Amino acid sequence: MGTLFSFFVVIILVLIAWVGVKAANLHFLFGIIIPYIAILTFIVGIIYRVVRWSRSPVPFRIPTTCGQQKSLPWIKDSKLDNPSTTLGVIGRMALEVLLFRSLFRNAKFELREGAKLVYGSAKWLWLAGLALHWSFFVIILRHFRLFTEPVLFFVPLLESIDGFLQIGVPLLFVSGIVLLLAVTYLFLRRIFIPEVRYISLASDYFPLFLIFGIASSGILMRYFFKVPVVDVKVLTMGLISFNPDPKVLEGIGILFYIHLFLICTLFAYFPFSKLVHMAGVFLSPTRNLANNNRMKRHINPWNYPVKVHTYEAYEDEFRKFMKDAGIPVEKE
Amino acid sequence: MAVKPKVPKGVPYPDELSKIDYKPPQKGWMDTLVEFKPGTYCYGATIKNIKALESPNQREWSSKDKDWKLPENWREIFLEGMEDRLRKYRSFRLFMDICVRCGACADKCHFFIGSGDPKNMPILRAELLRSVYRKYFTAGGKYLGRIAGARELTYDVLKELWYYAYQCTECRRCSAFCPYGIDTAEVTIIVRELLYNLGLITDWIAGPVVNCYRSGNHLGILPHTLKDTLDTFAADIKTITGIKVEPTINRKGAEILFVGPSGDFFADPGTFTCMGELMIFHELGLDYTWSSLASEGGNFGFFTSNEWAKRLHYKIYAEAKRLKVKWILGGECGHMWRLINQYLDTWWGPTDFLEEPVSPITGTKFENAKSTKMVHICEFTADLIRHGKLKLDPSRNDHLKVTFHDSCNTSRAMGFLEEPRYIIKNVCNNFYEMPPNTIREQTFCCGSGSGLNAGENMELRMRGGFPRANAVRYVHEKYGVNMLANICAIDRAALPALMDYWVPGVGVTGTHEMVANALVMKGEKERTIDMRGEPLLGKEAKGDV
Amino acid sequence: MYNSRNIIIGLIIFAAFVTFPFYNNFGKAVTKPDPKLDTPEIQKFPENERRCVEPKEFMKAGHMQLLNGWRDSVVRYGNRIYVNDAGKEFEISLQNTCMKCHSNKKKFCDECHNYAAVKPYCWKCHIEPKEKET
Repeated sequence: MGTLFSFFVVIILVLIAWVGVKAANLHFLFGIIIPYIAILTFIVGIIYRVVRWSRSPVPFRIPTTCGQQKSLPWIKDSKLDNPSTTLGVIGRMALEVLLFRSLFRNAKFELREGAKLVYGSAKWLWLAGLALHWSFFVIILRHFRLFTEPVLFFVPLLESIDGFLQIGVPLLFVSGIVLLLAVTYLFLRRIFIPEVRYISLASDYFPLFLIFGIASSGILMRYFFKVPVVDVKVLTMGLISFNPDPKVLEGIGILFYIHLFLICTLFAYFPFSKLVHMAGVFLSPTRNLANNNRMKRHINPWNYPVKVHTYEAYEDEFRKFMKDAGIPVEKE
Repeated sequence: MAVKPKVPKGVPYPDELSKIDYKPPQKGWMDTLVEFKPGTYCYGATIKNIKALESPNQREWSSKDKDWKLPENWREIFLEGMEDRLRKYRSFRLFMDICVRCGACADKCHFFIGSGDPKNMPILRAELLRSVYRKYFTAGGKYLGRIAGARELTYDVLKELWYYAYQCTECRRCSAFCPYGIDTAEVTIIVRELLYNLGLITDWIAGPVVNCYRSGNHLGILPHTLKDTLDTFAADIKTITGIKVEPTINRKGAEILFVGPSGDFFADPGTFTCMGELMIFHELGLDYTWSSLASEGGNFGFFTSNEWAKRLHYKIYAEAKRLKVKWILGGECGHMWRLINQYLDTWWGPTDFLEEPVSPITGTKFENAKSTKMVHICEFTADLIRHGKLKLDPSRNDHLKVTFHDSCNTSRAMGFLEEPRYIIKNVCNNFYEMPPNTIREQTFCCGSGSGLNAGENMELRMRGGFPRANAVRYVHEKYGVNMLANICAIDRAALPALMDYWVPGVGVTGTHEMVANALVMKGEKERTIDMRGEPLLGKEAKGDV
Repeated sequence: MYNSRNIIIGLIIFAAFVTFPFYNNFGKAVTKPDPKLDTPEIQKFPENERRCVEPKEFMKAGHMQLLNGWRDSVVRYGNRIYVNDAGKEFEISLQNTCMKCHSNKKKFCDECHNYAAVKPYCWKCHIEPKEKET
């Protein structure tokens, strides 16, 4: 149900852009107003979410330790999987954010004949996740050619690497294909792995369809239903200098508006969905804290006094037993 | 396998139990009502214990009944408690928000592997509460409802939360695999706290908490009984080694306070570990004392509410201060060390009345414990062995083929992996590791942690311990392993039943029991039996083989 | 513990990254590309006969694919005749057809290519027309 729902929502989004631009001629709305709203929602939304998290304290230092602790000098500690210093934590977070360290640990089990459990490596999720995120990142960076003038140095560099296959005109970018493949894989595993299908919600399928829509409309626009890229850049440069030029709007094809509207949806949806994991991962107390608890005291801001059973009360209750057993007491 | 499995009452035979169907049902999980299967949940606490635990909502109830006699405004109580904790714990709020349901955790839970119940997948266990969070704390959930993964907090949902919060041993294995480190333990700890507010506590947890608050330990051992227990141990040690150990209780001015889990006073094989500790301390001439009040490092309060956990752990530093010791040595226990490592200093520090721990034997400064001032006995012993301060004869453990079970808490809340292994490799000649996916930070729970080691939920425990037992069976069949070493009192209490059920023929031992076997004491008589009174290899009485 | 300092630093980095295009471009007067069609060759035609091989809109977005097709046509198949949608024939030649009219590479080709950061590889084989600096 969630799958179909999300699919139709994305279809409806495409239709909204289509009808809005083609039939209702709302170029100004879709080309200028909505992008501004979307980017504003994105920035304010993310900051709002992070501030909200940050207002709850981390009362206890609870890193999940995934390696040897630092103890005796002759025992080698695991500096990245169980960091005891800030530097180690930075390393651990970098591995986590850039290379998905924890997901790399993934394994699957099988229950075989004779009640035997067997474990095997299961790296596809890690690989697809990595492919999705990195290709998306590369694609965003590539789009800086529409947002900088003169174009920043890394864009042509990235484009030449990304287009190394030298197929077609314009050159085929590998990142786009990788993104589509990764999204497709992640979608298919949600459909075909029974446990994953069981836990999946509409909000899990929706971003996948949305990203699929964005990537495929982008690729179609680049290779098949071309739009005048110079006009697009005039628009984007106008947008970022708060001086958009409405004259170019009508000359740009519908596919661009669909692409843009889906992106706007993604940006606006981002802070209010599971996609905020992008910001959240940095705040996760099981990952971003050093396991130096016994070296450095952690403060809990709401640590409040509690009722306790004091030794005095304890001795009062058991003094006779203690004396009889020859255990020293405070009050004879 | 020659030995027949010991099957607890009401539990199916192993070959029956291990037929597990992992296929999730056709119906979605929100439409599948919770079913309380006998043998998979604990009894509710008695009214006496609920009162003693000062739950805000006290009444007689039974987890087996349909009607839990909840107060009229139970929903408000639950949701207000939730809001309060969302403000108090960043972990909680974050973990409610950022899960992407990638499913990496799904098959990492021992209860899922052992039961096939999809709600035992960590993701879904958390989702049970997350769906409520969405409904009452997010706009999307409030207005879109089900399609946004939100649902009402109904009576059935509450029961489901109870049932599955008490099918989580808070072992944090899922957290090691989660790309964002989402820790289901953080979620179930809070669910249990919210249920505590409604008086929905299990008796197996409430009882020890009540005992511990009064007498200082879970078993309710009173000071004179503690004395008797230690005397009995001393007598046994005399029989085995010919040496008289003289432990002291509540002695002021000792250098070190020793705090261990009280389970080791009470039942085999924990007792042998306690005896081993007594022997090492005696052999070293350590200036240490026991405390009759701080006679428990474990803390069942942690399994019902943060406040109770804090209340129970007060005694450790308080007794260290009263007895004017310099530092504290802690025994072999799992969740005790999670609390010492991650909670104690925050609750009850700073400990400026203590000194930074230094081993009086080797002079080693335990810099990693300079704030908490508590050293793990395995760190202490490993350091002794490293400096050659213990005379050891590992051949005395030749009758054992040993594997080591990493406890969840010491592995994933501390990173305590090499110290026990170093000790074991020095005190025995036959050590075999279980497969890599089942040890160290990926270790599997015994299935009975976090207050689930009761008698009425045996089936659950056997299911939860299935992955651990399976890995033991692997080394048992491959190398003939017959002894499962560990550093946790709950392991020593729970694993024997698990082994008897899944891998009969494998015993369970604390690490310091093996040290005691190998320890050559000054002036001891020739040893013919091990700590358990079983003959040593090559020392059997004639005709015994 | 709130770690406010690190969180604020993190948010600043986030905001800096996301708003980079805005402040990077701030105060810069970016001139829109203005390709010139004022070569003498073009101006020879009367106003209403100034047509490219295909309509302007198509050429604007799709000239690279047309040129690529032309190259294949000549280099691979030896075909030097192109018939456009209107049925009119042209010689397939960058030098003799395209550049005959658009002799102002700098003001015509480069004007947009630079703006859109496109580096066509036409001039890897063809000789770049020599233009007087204007």
